[in-house]
Amino acid sequence: STTAETTPSSSIEKILIANRGEIACRIMRTAKRLGIQTVAVYSDADRDSLHVKSADEAVRIGPPPARASYLNGSAIVESAIRTGAQAIHPGYGFLSESADFATLCEDKGLTFIGPPASAIRDMGDKSASKRIMGAAGVPLVPGYHGSEQDIEIMKAEADKIGYPILIKPTHGGGGKGMRIVQSPAEFVDAFLGAQREAAASFGINTILLEKYITQPRHIEVQVFGDKNGNVLHLFERDCSVQRRHQKIIEEAPAPNVKNDFRSHLGQAAVSAAKAVGYHNAGTVEFIVDTVSGQFYFMEMNTRLQVEHPVTEMIVDQDLVEWQIRVANGEPLPISQSQVPLLGHAFEARIYAENVPKGFLPATGVLHHYHPVPVSSTVRVETGVQQGDTVSMHYDPMIAKLVVWGGNRAAALIKLKDCLSKFQVCPRHSHVLAAVCSIICFNNYVASFLPFELLLFPESIHTNVTSCRHCGWQVAGVPTNISFLQKLADHRAFEEGNVETHFIEHHKDEIFVDPSNSVLAKEAYNNATFSATMIAACLCAKEHSFSKESVPGKNSLFSIWYSNPPFRVHHPAMRIIELDWENEYDKTGSRSLTLTVTYQSDGKYLIKTGEVNSAGVEVRATHLHDNEFRIEIDGVSMDVSLASYSKDMIEHIHLWHKSHHHQFKQKLGIELFNDDETQQKTNFETVSHAPGSVVAPMAGLVVKVLAKDGTNVVEGQPILVLEAMKMEHVVKAPNAGRIHGLQVNVGQQVSDGSLLFSVKDE
Amino acid sequence: LNPTPKRLNHTRLLQRREFCLGVLPDGLDRNSEAFEQNSKAMEGLVSQLQSHISKVLAGGGEEAVKRNKKRNKLLPRERIYKLIDRVSSFLELSQLAGHELYDEPLPSGGIVTGIGPVHGRLCMFVANDPTVKGGTYYPITVKKHLRAQEIAARCKLPCIYLVDSGGAFLPKQAEVFPDRDNFGRIFYNQAVMSAEGIPQIAIVLGSCTAGGAYIPAMADESVMVKGNATIFLAGPPLVKAATGEEVSAEDLGGATVHCSKSGVSDYFAQDELHGLALGRNIVKNLHMAGQRGLMNGLHNVEAHYKEPLYDVKELRSIAPADHKQAFDIRSVIARIVDGSEFDEFKKLYGTTLVTGFARIFGQPVGIIGNNGILFNESALKGAHFIELCTQRNIPLVFLQNITGFMVGSRSEANGIAKSGAKMVMAVSCAKVPKVTIIVGGSYGAGNYAMCGRAYSPDFLFLWPNARISVMGGAQAASVLSQIEMANKKKQGIQWTKDEEESFKEKIVEAYEREGNCYYSTARLWDDGIIDPADTRKVIGFAISASLNRPLEDTKYGVFRM
Repeated sequence: STTAETTPSSSIEKILIANRGEIACRIMRTAKRLGIQTVAVYSDADRDSLHVKSADEAVRIGPPPARASYLNGSAIVESAIRTGAQAIHPGYGFLSESADFATLCEDKGLTFIGPPASAIRDMGDKSASKRIMGAAGVPLVPGYHGSEQDIEIMKAEADKIGYPILIKPTHGGGGKGMRIVQSPAEFVDAFLGAQREAAASFGINTILLEKYITQPRHIEVQVFGDKNGNVLHLFERDCSVQRRHQKIIEEAPAPNVKNDFRSHLGQAAVSAAKAVGYHNAGTVEFIVDTVSGQFYFMEMNTRLQVEHPVTEMIVDQDLVEWQIRVANGEPLPISQSQVPLLGHAFEARIYAENVPKGFLPATGVLHHYHPVPVSSTVRVETGVQQGDTVSMHYDPMIAKLVVWGGNRAAALIKLKDCLSKFQVCPRHSHVLAAVCSIICFNNYVASFLPFELLLFPESIHTNVTSCRHCGWQVAGVPTNISFLQKLADHRAFEEGNVETHFIEHHKDEIFVDPSNSVLAKEAYNNATFSATMIAACLCAKEHSFSKESVPGKNSLFSIWYSNPPFRVHHPAMRIIELDWENEYDKTGSRSLTLTVTYQSDGKYLIKTGEVNSAGVEVRATHLHDNEFRIEIDGVSMDVSLASYSKDMIEHIHLWHKSHHHQFKQKLGIELFNDDETQQKTNFETVSHAPGSVVAPMAGLVVKVLAKDGTNVVEGQPILVLEAMKMEHVVKAPNAGRIHGLQVNVGQQVSDGSLLFSVKDE
Repeated sequence: LNPTPKRLNHTRLLQRREFCLGVLPDGLDRNSEAFEQNSKAMEGLVSQLQSHISKVLAGGGEEAVKRNKKRNKLLPRERIYKLIDRVSSFLELSQLAGHELYDEPLPSGGIVTGIGPVHGRLCMFVANDPTVKGGTYYPITVKKHLRAQEIAARCKLPCIYLVDSGGAFLPKQAEVFPDRDNFGRIFYNQAVMSAEGIPQIAIVLGSCTAGGAYIPAMADESVMVKGNATIFLAGPPLVKAATGEEVSAEDLGGATVHCSKSGVSDYFAQDELHGLALGRNIVKNLHMAGQRGLMNGLHNVEAHYKEPLYDVKELRSIAPADHKQAFDIRSVIARIVDGSEFDEFKKLYGTTLVTGFARIFGQPVGIIGNNGILFNESALKGAHFIELCTQRNIPLVFLQNITGFMVGSRSEANGIAKSGAKMVMAVSCAKVPKVTIIVGGSYGAGNYAMCGRAYSPDFLFLWPNARISVMGGAQAASVLSQIEMANKKKQGIQWTKDEEESFKEKIVEAYEREGNCYYSTARLWDDGIIDPADTRKVIGFAISASLNRPLEDTKYGVFRM
């Protein structure tokens, strides 16, 4: 075709990325490799974030709330024009599926790196897209969407579709009026009930019917089109494992799928894309009935998806590069027959969230962030660094861990290994406890968390450290990593028996059951073991730290800090108290007391709080930074220890083998406010009766705040004196009734004169 | 393959390449019967020592300890270990003071003293043990407190008093109150040390009554703990008796009163841990107090040192089980000094005294050890060597195992008294740090010449086999029985052989008892009994503390020529 003739001068040389976080960083990486300059946009919340640092140029586009920044299309287009970018990559989310934005870009002469606005619009309308797909011969979930509502006709339609069947009001949502009908006998009652409920709730009682799929899988196909009308598919991804309608582990290709099914699926996806004149990257989502083996079109996502890396791994292509080349008008670099299918890839999304509390998203500072090292088979897509804040304004995803293996089993082993070595400790901010409070209060915990709630932090009282309703401590389980590990470890997952209700079906095995005493005991034993190692690491770390910081200049003085610490005729001992944060105890933590005895050979004899505990001998060597080598009972292992302190509490995390435990340790002494004691006594003197208040210094009465004979509470301001150009507030020393308050405003009082007394009555 | 050291200066390079002349031989025959017997004997002595120590570490008994805990108070050692720097060492002194000294047990003399670093600064700790007789001062308690202050004054160590005491033990007031080196001397020392710029810090963690009230009052800075600490000249019962005023201890002299009204105390602590943290903070802010021209950080201190070539634990196998047997002091030196390197001075002359230069943890030291009776030559050699060390500001380490100076006509005619006097003069006047370890016997004038207690070594420690007396029990018995027999003869009384034997026996028994290391340490004739295996470390700590003072030139008196 003729449009293929693109002159090099019109090629993109500078891209503005209208996004943030990991996807912005990922797009920039490819752009840089291609020699294309990058422009980042950022809100005030992201001023110092990684995507801003990674870009050649960065433009501020507004305050933190997304609608004022990352959703502000005109500001973004303006930024592109200012910086001379020829193209805008929208990433995913935000404006990526806004047909208006795509149109705006084209109107301003900018290349929108994505599908044509018409395709976005067609696919954005759910019922319109289904109509188009139906016309193109793409399979749809069997159903009846007609206007005829006669019960007999409906029943006939239902029989045609086959049971079980879903009865659903055409209007409304939230599950109201929905009925699952297992057999024809139940149909009439269910239908009438749904009609009544729909009429009561929405005022309209029209009903539609759909086949109910009992064990669905979510399989999507990556498609790609160029501007010449060529469309191909890059195989499918299985994203069945979801929580709260959000994907959590994705893989490609889909497990337990036959090759002819795979090619049918791919062809259907290509047909779908072609039906809307698609170009650039897109994903066609299908629902697969695992019972019948049928697949049906659900919707098409007209953007690059979060989980695109798993596809990249199995076809060995860079999809962002493809996007740019297609946007430049180039043809697809390979043909359908040249698309390889190599091995298997997994992606796990790592979130700061509280799994036991219904995956409540969390925000806070990433005090410790050591993702696994990347390689040709391990990718870590991240937009944050250690010390960054996971902002409450945007998606709380920390990273995507992508691994590849020669086959599914090999990839899964790698996934598990990487998860066990992925170190993140976010500290949850106070705001989240407040959010939790609000949610619990409104009984929202069981339902989907309205994410917008997080967008209005102003409405939240931030001075809350734990939830009033459920008692959730802010520093609860901080990430979903251990949850991901449990998922990856599950036998059904290992066998590839994934489906949309996977988490729900296996919740007993995946979630911690606090009432399971056997598991609780085992978890406690593991935690005790971890605590023992932490104690050893802390001692070893302190020793290597003190050795470096010995203030004396000569070796003789440094002997005071030699290991083990010397005592005359008894070993040096140390007690370490740790609070193990866990899901079994009602309070969320259990305290462990460890007694460390420094032995002359440099080992530590560590006893836990248990009575008659013989203790274990531990040798700990501080390797560097957070890494230690531990030797217990002749077994050596590497462990990682991370700690950070906040509010006089040291938070300590330990990773060893596949375990990750977190503990708290009280730091030093709490800071006391001794003003109260001092102030009180300053105003009392021995010569006066208790409760008497005398002038602390000579001064002028400038205010009298209480009347004689009235009742006051302790600490209530009574008078204001001015002396030495300063105002001094005289407060009630205790609660009671004021007696003898005779001074007036403007009166001079002398030092030590009786002002009033407060008598307890 | 050793990595190349980053900063290898020229001198060190030369030193490294140089062949070391003075490496001592092992000196121990591990397969010999003597080795086994000696090991066994010392093992017995060390385990006896351990059992005495574990008793005193438990404080004043289960009940008292429980009561103490109930009041949210720690034991004195726990308090100290919270004050010193994390993972740092603590050199406790005279743990067995008061051992079998009174009718009732007085663990550690009722007070814990010792040296440890706070914010990198060595401090002297003096901590009352409230579980032992309410922390009251027995005569030995006073003596131990004063000894700690003496060391602090000499070594310019900031003093931290952890006060929790009922004051003087009234039944023994005659031995506690009136004399020069009695209770009052504590406050005198505080004043004098403060004048010298040696910080005096009091942390009041319990009662602090009557005379004791002056400890915080005389301190440069003091801390009081709410609820537990009280300071008053007279407690509530005495106040009621004297004036009729009824007042609680807290209102009379609690932390609130003294921190907000009287100004007796400076820092208000909410609880004991807070109080100890405030104490650490005070030390953090001492800056240069009392630290002018320190010996610390002298040149010549190797940044790296070698451990001895031989196992220090074998120090437990050297002292002979039979006191009459001699041993080569070099086998002790070989297990104390860096790399077992000992450059011996006058090796062939006066061989019963071993003298030479070595390093301990990189610090140059002069070592003087006994290898037998002191003869003329040995004494002269000792005086000569001490002069060398004082001129060079090299600390001295005395390893005592001495029966005395040689007696007899030939020796007297040679002027042994004159030679001995020279060595005693040198020892007395030497102003370098001196540390004495008694590794065997310590008898007669030998004790003097080898820097016994009277010669104010900075520190003096005993091995568990040590014996101290003016002469051996048998010799004393023989001398005394000869005198007694002469007296009896004058009176015309015939002394039977049996009577003489029982007379002698009593004397030998008394000498045996009084020469014992526990008898010595109970009375504070030393700074503690140590495990021989800890000798190297203890000397290191002791010299390190001693070097905390300014350089001082030595001036000798008239040497009799």
